[in-house]
Amino acid sequence: MGLTLAEKILSQRVGHTVKAGQIVIAPVDVALTQDGTGPLAVRQLQKIGLEKVANPDNTILYIDHAAPSPRRELSNDHVLLREFAHKTGCRLSDVGAGVCHQLIAENYGAPGRVIIGADSHTCTAGALAAFATGMGSTDVAMGMALGKTWFRVPESIQVRITGKLPVGVYAKDIILYLIGMLGADGATYKALEFTGDAIATMPMAERLTLSNMAVEAGAKVGLIASDTVTKAYLEEQGRSGDYKPLSADEDAQYQKTMELDVSSLEPILAAPHTVDNTHTVSDLVGTPIDQVFIGSCTNGRLEDLAIVADIMKGGHVAPGVRCIVVPASRQVFVAALQKGYIETLVEAGAIILAPGCGPCVGVHEGILGDGEVSLNTSNRNFQGRLGNPQAFIYLGSPAVAAASALTGVITDPREVLNHAAGR
Amino acid sequence: MRLEGNAWKFGDNISTDHIAPGRLFHLRSNLEELAKHVLEDADPEFAHRVAPGDFVVGGNNFGLGSSREHAPAIIKMAGVSAVLAKSFARIFFRNAINVGLPVLVCDTDQIAAGHRLAVDLTTGTIYNLTQGIQLSSPPLPDVMIRLLADGGLAAHVAKHGDLMVE
Ligand code: SF4
Repeated sequence: MGLTLAEKILSQRVGHTVKAGQIVIAPVDVALTQDGTGPLAVRQLQKIGLEKVANPDNTILYIDHAAPSPRRELSNDHVLLREFAHKTGCRLSDVGAGVCHQLIAENYGAPGRVIIGADSHTCTAGALAAFATGMGSTDVAMGMALGKTWFRVPESIQVRITGKLPVGVYAKDIILYLIGMLGADGATYKALEFTGDAIATMPMAERLTLSNMAVEAGAKVGLIASDTVTKAYLEEQGRSGDYKPLSADEDAQYQKTMELDVSSLEPILAAPHTVDNTHTVSDLVGTPIDQVFIGSCTNGRLEDLAIVADIMKGGHVAPGVRCIVVPASRQVFVAALQKGYIETLVEAGAIILAPGCGPCVGVHEGILGDGEVSLNTSNRNFQGRLGNPQAFIYLGSPAVAAASALTGVITDPREVLNHAAGR
Repeated sequence: MRLEGNAWKFGDNISTDHIAPGRLFHLRSNLEELAKHVLEDADPEFAHRVAPGDFVVGGNNFGLGSSREHAPAIIKMAGVSAVLAKSFARIFFRNAINVGLPVLVCDTDQIAAGHRLAVDLTTGTIYNLTQGIQLSSPPLPDVMIRLLADGGLAAHVAKHGDLMVE
């Protein structure tokens, strides 16, 4: 009997065949924390006198959540992280470098690697066929120090995505639609394995969006087999040596298979306050918004900014609306500058912030007032997420966000996408 | 081990943003202070009125969202003896065990706010003393029982110098 992709990666890393339901101790190839979870991880190691890392070159402390720091308590947390990196020789990714998951994709994600991160969206690197999953600070701290961790090998749900996406509809709409179908706990403890002809032709930027939000259905990992797209992406990142072909066996056993033909999919949004509260854009058109946030590990990539610049070129952000744009990494920022996207966006009235999480987690840079509404390209709309439990968050694609920024109300991007190619 | 206290009832999908909001990010290195705000966005009264030994009782998918271990840590620091829910989000469940906060899956529709509860952790039995009924919860996986017995993951590693759960 064949193996799912989740079973295959873990089997290869532990050195013998393992199946769903088994508990395994697996080597950790890459471990990461961010500035919200890193300080606790460091203190846990200090507390038990284990201030070391097993694999310094592949252990990265990212500073992205409150970057640059808005207050001294957080600045002191950053100091602690810098000192720990200095002492142990592990890597530090400092203010301005970008969001951890984007940087993991650019620099560390690769087929067959086991990646653990003290951040729930560590599953993003599943798009590169890495067994990448989020854990808490203590789990990651021990993984960093010992170079291994324990897993329960997850059952897999196969998600077969077929058909050609219509103009103005993207991976973000697919994943929001799937989360609406599955529910916020529909894949708890499970692996989601995305496959089908729509995946085969999907660029890496879009695949990363799919895998990023697997955790919004409760999943442990969101995996995509490696292929020519993976290979080309790794080459582009100067890491062609990290490629290897990896896919599930034909006769793998799935807990269930879901089919989705995206040929007639519409833009999808999540309405407050849960990600599975999904609606088609037509249900929500005309809803007034006060702010738009374009960025995050979900949709802050160059391809996203290209879509946004395309829609906003020559236009202007609606009066009374703040449009905040945050490139996901320095690499994305530089490329967007070179391609002129940033100039277009600034001319259209957008606010550009340093690469990082930006307002995504409600720490700084775009906190909402009471009763205000934001439309975000990020992955969570929980109550309080933008720093105010009295505020409301919608989630959608960069195209929906850009079109809505121009009008000040939720807008169907297909109405403003003025050239046939569209995407 | 027997725990006893009153139930605090919450709904489905209580997120880690409800438990430990991002706007209080600067208190993450000051857990005593952060614990004074525990679950504030779900029930502003909770942190002020919870008594040592009380139970947090949720619905489906308790603890969804971010990986912040601070969430179960401050529930424990507030004096809560255990969290009961119909189901838990994966990372929260693992974090709770790591910080030594008992978590039990059971039919929480049988529990209302203010009910007096007792829990026997060794058998996983929940007694609703107000209603005179008994609920059961499935046993924890062996690996988690081992970690709990050692006082959480950090204590386990400190004791064995390694991960000894296979
Ligand atoms: S961008 Fe948002 S979701 Fe992504 S890591 Fe940062 S805070 Fe988390």
